[in-house]
Amino acid sequence: MTDMPSQTAAPRWLGLWPAAMLTLFFLAPFGIMLAVSVAHRDVSGFYEWGFEWDSYARFLSVFFAKVMAVSLSVSLAAAAICVLLGFPFTVFLSAMGHTAQTRILVVLLSVLALSEVIIGFSLSTLLSQTAGIGNLFHWLGLIPEPRAYTPSLFALIAGLCYIGFPFAVLVLYPPVSRLDPELIEAARVMGASGPRAFFGVIIPNLRGAIVGAFILVFVFTLGSYLLPQLLGRSEHWTLSVHITDQAIYQSNLPFAAAMSVFLMLVALALVGLASLAGRERGAA
Amino acid sequence: MTTLRIEGLSKLFGTFKALDDVSLEIPDGKFVCLLGPSGCGKTTLLRVIAGLETPSAGRVFVGGADQTLVPTHKRGMGMVFQSLALFPHLDVADNITYPLAIRGVDKATRRARAEELLDLVRLPGLGARRVHQLSGGQRQRVAIARGLSINPQVFLLDEPLSALDASLREHMQIELRQIQQSLGVTTVVVTHDQKEALTMADLVIVMKDGVIQQAGAPMEIYHNPANAFVAGFIGTTNLLPCEINAGAISVLGHSLAAADGDRIAVSRGPASLSVRPEHVLLGAPEEGLRAEVTFVRDLGESRHVLMRAGDQDITAHLPPGGALRVAPGDTVGVSFRPGERVVVQ
Repeated sequence: MTDMPSQTAAPRWLGLWPAAMLTLFFLAPFGIMLAVSVAHRDVSGFYEWGFEWDSYARFLSVFFAKVMAVSLSVSLAAAAICVLLGFPFTVFLSAMGHTAQTRILVVLLSVLALSEVIIGFSLSTLLSQTAGIGNLFHWLGLIPEPRAYTPSLFALIAGLCYIGFPFAVLVLYPPVSRLDPELIEAARVMGASGPRAFFGVIIPNLRGAIVGAFILVFVFTLGSYLLPQLLGRSEHWTLSVHITDQAIYQSNLPFAAAMSVFLMLVALALVGLASLAGRERGAA
Repeated sequence: MTTLRIEGLSKLFGTFKALDDVSLEIPDGKFVCLLGPSGCGKTTLLRVIAGLETPSAGRVFVGGADQTLVPTHKRGMGMVFQSLALFPHLDVADNITYPLAIRGVDKATRRARAEELLDLVRLPGLGARRVHQLSGGQRQRVAIARGLSINPQVFLLDEPLSALDASLREHMQIELRQIQQSLGVTTVVVTHDQKEALTMADLVIVMKDGVIQQAGAPMEIYHNPANAFVAGFIGTTNLLPCEINAGAISVLGHSLAAADGDRIAVSRGPASLSVRPEHVLLGAPEEGLRAEVTFVRDLGESRHVLMRAGDQDITAHLPPGGALRVAPGDTVGVSFRPGERVVVQ
């Protein structure tokens, strides 16, 4: 009991470790990106350090307003579909037996193990003219000729939802399974019909989780880079694809950096808005 | 005029019989406790009355109308759930008047009704609070107020006080009973706590394995249990194996003559003798059954003497200030107060 070193209090300097990591791997690259975004583009080569708003000014063009709108609406649509499908799915899932729940969750988790590349190529094959479901529909007599369903907006959103759905369910599952079933019974006894209890009691009490799932899928698909190129047409390219295009193929790093900053600001703004909406009235 | 009548109710969960041919009638305005150990079917019975479970057989009549197949939300019942099930997304007043909002009652009327009910449960002025800002006892009261807000025909409560600490629970038992009496609403409470049942109920229904063991007024059940299970479940008792022969009770090798007031439900053969600890008398070893004192617990208000006679444990509750001094290891003579002996199957 005499010379025991204090085991409870960690030395202060240990706190510097995460701070150093954060600076090295997040703040510093972000600073460079910010600096590049206001640098001057050197058409023949790279860029020159400087300060100008030229790259940001390019957003004001109709073309990039459109790109931004497509990128956002594709992600919003994917997030909305994932939540709309995932929420009832999770409610039914949590009402199932324990073993069934575990099995379904394991299957869902295994989807997460598939890379975007595999999902993208699988879907593009599945939706193709030569080997896709068009042949099945043709064989069933639903359509006169086999046809391709990719590249298209439908194929792109299907792919994004395939990736986003397990995330939506994983975010929704804990709060949904923890929801007191007596809340619904109470509403029923007090005179609420099934739908009324669902919209008046279940949804408001799970609003935080629903908003959380929506944000997660939205942010996740906003950064989607591969699927828009595999499954979508060029007009469906998301901002991430355009950033890569500008940085690598057009050699316009300042503009790519400016777009990245913009993407981040938009994502932050939406996350902030959504979490505000979730926190209002104390829903959790 | 809300009599509640249950006829031949059974409920199966797979092969498990939660309720087995239960029939009973609850007169208008009575306070009824469904009492029994966990798994006895009391909660299932309550849920069938509420319409949350569909019975496998039998009927439920409320005020003479067959409600067996009426969906829950059209029954117009008030209910307090074990978890209370208050809505976290609504404030106290909106919780209380949720059933009225469902029925399209306007906001001003709802506010007035909420105030009225909050006064009834002694929480005046707390209507704007959030549920999570309330203490356990306050939530309890809000749940009761919510259950009463539509002036229900029948008021159902599922283990409503089980989450409260002991002293608050006793207080709420009295309060709940007073509220029920002032409104005269037919009330059914599920509980596993026999003291709670004795405190509140006009009518106690003791259940075990989905079957009603006994239904009656609290003191009738206490003094005249129908069987060994009821005797053991209500209050504390000494249950001793005995033999009935020609009106005499033979217990632990002793023969006792039946006295006036003894309730002997068995005419001959093996049975159980139930004697409440307050009716166990101690005297000199030669004055009765010989027993050895194993423990003495002095609680001030009474003295509990634990004894062993043969292979049976016997407990006596002696009034305070008695002359008899006993200590563990002493041998005493045990007798049972004549007229207070109950023999059941």
